[in-house]
Amino acid sequence: MNLTINSFMNQPDERGHFGPFGGRYVAETLMPLILDLEREYRAAQADPAFQAEFDDLLEHYVGRPSPLYHAERLTEELRKNAPAGKGAQIWFKRDELNHTGAHKINNCIGQILLAIRMGKTRIIAETGAGQHGVATATVCARFGLPCVIYMGAKDVERQQPNVFRMKLLGAEVIPVTSGANTLKDAMNEALRDWVANVHDTFYIIGTAAGPHPYPELVRDFQSVIGKEARAQMVSRTGRLPDLLVAAIGGGSNAIGLFHPFLNDASVQMLGIEAAGHGLDKEHAASLAGGRPGILHGNKTYLLQDEDGQIAEAHSISAGLDYPGIGPEHSWLKEIGRVRYDSVTDSEALEGFQLLCRTEGIIPALEPSHAIAAVAREAVKMDRDQIILANLCGRGDKDIFTVAEALGTAI
Amino acid sequence: MTRLSSAFLANHAALVTFITAGDGDTAANLDGLVAGGADVIELGMPFTDPMADGPAIQKANIRSLEAGTTTADIFAIATAFRARHPNVPLVLMGYANPMTIRSADWFAAECVKAGVDGVICVDIPPEEDAELGPALRSAGVDLIRLATPTTDTARLPAVLEGSSGFLYYVSVAGITGLQQAAQASIEDAVARLKAATDIPVAVGFGVRTPEQAAAIAKVADGVVVGSAIVEIIAQHGRDAAGPVRDYVASLKTAILTARS
Repeated sequence: MNLTINSFMNQPDERGHFGPFGGRYVAETLMPLILDLEREYRAAQADPAFQAEFDDLLEHYVGRPSPLYHAERLTEELRKNAPAGKGAQIWFKRDELNHTGAHKINNCIGQILLAIRMGKTRIIAETGAGQHGVATATVCARFGLPCVIYMGAKDVERQQPNVFRMKLLGAEVIPVTSGANTLKDAMNEALRDWVANVHDTFYIIGTAAGPHPYPELVRDFQSVIGKEARAQMVSRTGRLPDLLVAAIGGGSNAIGLFHPFLNDASVQMLGIEAAGHGLDKEHAASLAGGRPGILHGNKTYLLQDEDGQIAEAHSISAGLDYPGIGPEHSWLKEIGRVRYDSVTDSEALEGFQLLCRTEGIIPALEPSHAIAAVAREAVKMDRDQIILANLCGRGDKDIFTVAEALGTAI
Repeated sequence: MTRLSSAFLANHAALVTFITAGDGDTAANLDGLVAGGADVIELGMPFTDPMADGPAIQKANIRSLEAGTTTADIFAIATAFRARHPNVPLVLMGYANPMTIRSADWFAAECVKAGVDGVICVDIPPEEDAELGPALRSAGVDLIRLATPTTDTARLPAVLEGSSGFLYYVSVAGITGLQQAAQASIEDAVARLKAATDIPVAVGFGVRTPEQAAAIAKVADGVVVGSAIVEIIAQHGRDAAGPVRDYVASLKTAILTARS
């Protein structure tokens, strides 16, 4: 293994940069707090008791390790339309079976332990689909801390079941009516709250984005996905997968799956952005349709106009409806280690139904994008090859959205 | 001697006033600020995601962008202002992305062409200075940094390094236009900042009334007022210049008598 390959896992640098991306672009009021958080995270990393508590909660509270599942019926279904000898084996990392129904809880456990270490007594978070909001409200209930969730008013409307869950868990859900009323605006409002309450408040950011050290620590907490999957795959098949696939909004489930495999040269990786109505129309594919800029504390690919005004994203999936992407993905794209592609709303709906019918699993709309891409890739790959996709959330929250899109009344 | 440093030489605190470019009749409102006695003008560059701003300036950003304001429009406003008011210092204030999207060098050169004296960028802390600072300094445009209640003594030298024009003390940990800090905490902070730097210290965030402005003017080199003016523009639309002038004049009168 040479130094070049090692460097895939050595990011970010000491200033929080992933190549030209990342960094700490925040108001001066927040800067001392960001530096405190970094110091505390370094101390936690060096503290075996912190890791032990994190591992214990993941095992006994979240329900990890999540299974690695060989989707044989889906594999066979896709082989029906594949050329002779083609049709890769499909495997899923079942992070939708976690407590709260998505991968988001992994990161929330890590961050609330950090918040407690720092003596913070109030938690805030932003949420899009509501999965991160539910996960944050859950850990706040578990540790007895007050919790305020900012959620775009449009998302409040389209994710009512999750709003109710958050309220049941004792969180205050504040609908955000500025901007486009979606995830980006919820993040603005959470930052405004934070800047006014720095003395007692910890901001649990839900994706691998924001100012350093958030992209790094969210990635590290989510890397449990890839570490488990790698060990499980080797144990079950005696080999590594040939292709990893994951959906990307901010990119936390994808970086969690990819990162532990980055130095495995034989493993290809595919990140799937939301192409919405199509890349030539409204979409949420920052890498495909954006360019580098500065927003929400980091430099990364953003959907924006020539003056640097941020564009509105669109995806049928509220969790992918964000005009930016985590900075490590921007870097992995630029160096070519990960390939990025996109899937439209209607392709994702097909992926959703395909998994329901072939495997008896109702996926969230976010991983439905990954499933659609798996279907596209599998027919191009040999039968002895392995695709491992992250099933990062379950679809209970999305049944109303899907029913409406399919023209069915519930 | 720059236009900015001259503005802080008088025997009274400088009145620093903010409006958002492209919100209402900006040229007339700028003239209203000057007629009312503003010593320094901050012209806000609208941004879709103004994370550090309260509701008043958020709405001004939206009004401006919905009216179609572009970066070219903002520099045209600045250029015309400079032609009408050769001696009044003009500072652009805004967020990193619109300032750096075409490159920091491009932005700095446009500032020079338009007669802009300084730049305040909310979301580029000293740690990311390379993004904008070197380009502004080599173009001779002041980079005006923000200090806040969370900027402790250990961190202050890093904030001051590379700052010029004036230091903007954000008197509350929070967003623009909401609460005001207690006078005692402002006095302590200004004393601490002035012990660490020779550049003027202006105090803002939450300043609304002539009485508040006068109290700050007793101890600081400048008083910054923004949201209260932006609210007058929201109320009067394209006919705001007169009310803006009258309000600014009331602040200025209070500041002129503050130290007597």
